[in-house]
Amino acid sequence: MSEPFDPSRWRPASFLPDEDARDPALLFVVAVLCFLACLTGLGVIAGTRAANGWASQLTGEATVIVRARGGETPDAAAARAAEALAAVPGVTEARALEKEKAYALIKPWLGDVADLDDLPVPRLVAVGLDDKKPATAATLGAALKGHGLDAVVDDHSVWIKDIRHAAGVVSWTAATLLLLIAGAAAAVVAYATRAGLAARRDVVEVLHLTGAEDAQIANLFELRFARVAALAGAAGAAAAALLGAVLRLIGGGQGITPALPIAWIDLLAVLPCPLLAALVAAVAARVTARRLIQKL
Amino acid sequence: MTPPVEPSADEILRFAGVSMRYGRGPEVLSDVSLSLPRGSFHFVTGPSGAGKSSLLKLIYLAARPSSGQVRLFGEDIDAMAARDLPRIRRRIGVVFQDLLLLDHLSAFDNTALPLRIAGHKPAEYRNDVAELLTWVGLGQRMNALPPTLAGGEKQRLAIARAVVNRPEILLADEPTGNVDHEMALRIYRLFVELNRLGTTVIIATHDQDLVARSARPVLHLDKGRLRPMPPQGPLAEPGE
Repeated sequence: MSEPFDPSRWRPASFLPDEDARDPALLFVVAVLCFLACLTGLGVIAGTRAANGWASQLTGEATVIVRARGGETPDAAAARAAEALAAVPGVTEARALEKEKAYALIKPWLGDVADLDDLPVPRLVAVGLDDKKPATAATLGAALKGHGLDAVVDDHSVWIKDIRHAAGVVSWTAATLLLLIAGAAAAVVAYATRAGLAARRDVVEVLHLTGAEDAQIANLFELRFARVAALAGAAGAAAAALLGAVLRLIGGGQGITPALPIAWIDLLAVLPCPLLAALVAAVAARVTARRLIQKL
Repeated sequence: MTPPVEPSADEILRFAGVSMRYGRGPEVLSDVSLSLPRGSFHFVTGPSGAGKSSLLKLIYLAARPSSGQVRLFGEDIDAMAARDLPRIRRRIGVVFQDLLLLDHLSAFDNTALPLRIAGHKPAEYRNDVAELLTWVGLGQRMNALPPTLAGGEKQRLAIARAVVNRPEILLADEPTGNVDHEMALRIYRLFVELNRLGTTVIIATHDQDLVARSARPVLHLDKGRLRPMPPQGPLAEPGE
């Protein structure tokens, strides 16, 4: 036999039923959307870091190709070029590379040649540039010409431009994707609110006719959906962070691949997801609920 | 055309040339004028489709007239902004025809609903709600969900919810429609008791026997118009 009801121990029940058949489905869909959004965010962070790393590496370096003239040997010409370049303001280091490195570069075109020393293979000089005031390609070229050297300077500007352009495209694409995912989440919540209001029309009608303010009724749905979205956001964010952590562990210090290096700190980027999901859901639910109540 | 109704000092409700239609449909109420004094007890009668429920809807502000003026508690409803209507609704208790009980809430929660909406703290009304439920005969069913209650119990629960906030007007739409004669008399006595406590009571009903025996004034509707209705049968108060 059940215990007699004790009014002094009574606590007000929620106006909306605790269990709603739509909640698990909504939870799943919003969690998947949040997972995709977090994954996109992590991809953007990793991609931006990679692009910045490459650009920074290329910005700080230049490569000089030196051809020997007259009776001078390629090694001697390279050594002279390195010496001339080291004296140029904005150059931190100039080093003639071993001939094997130059041979390795032309090997794909010449194949296995027995004795490359017989060929006039140009030598390479790696030039380190000052981060703050790097020497320009024109300055380096003029210095080499002044020392009577036949050389071509490559300051990687073409590559840097391409990398920066590619990084920009990736960032904009990811931002668009994030916006689309947030919009999809808002649309899903708005749809669910509409369905929820339709399913709970009895509650809405009773509250409305008993003197509840529109905002009071809208708040019920706003809180309900914000809670569901926050929970879903947390689940989606946790799943994305877990996947990121697994990739970081598998890939070691380089993350997924050298092209997408993930750092442990990147995983913190998923933290705002539950809050943002709740915010999007709350706004969508409020707008939808108020519109529907006003039509009663 | 119904003659204009002169306002009086103790008037709680006034209709002046009120007509109503749903959407673009035909008029369900035509040129209705009436004035009810505070503390009065009226029946609204008429055949099905005469406009009884529509008349009540206008009073509990679930609908607006297509023409004419409705004054409640001395205020012109048409001139009021939508945000002010909840304040007026809280002064009216309604026993809906289909009861509109919330099935997921206990009898106690259903009854306490208007007080919660009005912003009262549970400590302020816990005992009052329990007392009221006991008064309507549901003292042993406070924790029961509506689907587990019998028809008469549901009806009394709906009445308890309608009066818990001490409304100035109590409206009841066919409150005895689904209960037996004995239960109808018990419910009627409840309304009489509330009326004695000062509540203005308006009951829409098909129960001609109850109306005839109650000796209460009648607003008789026919095809959306108020018509005079001569008293029928002996004027003895049921159960008195």
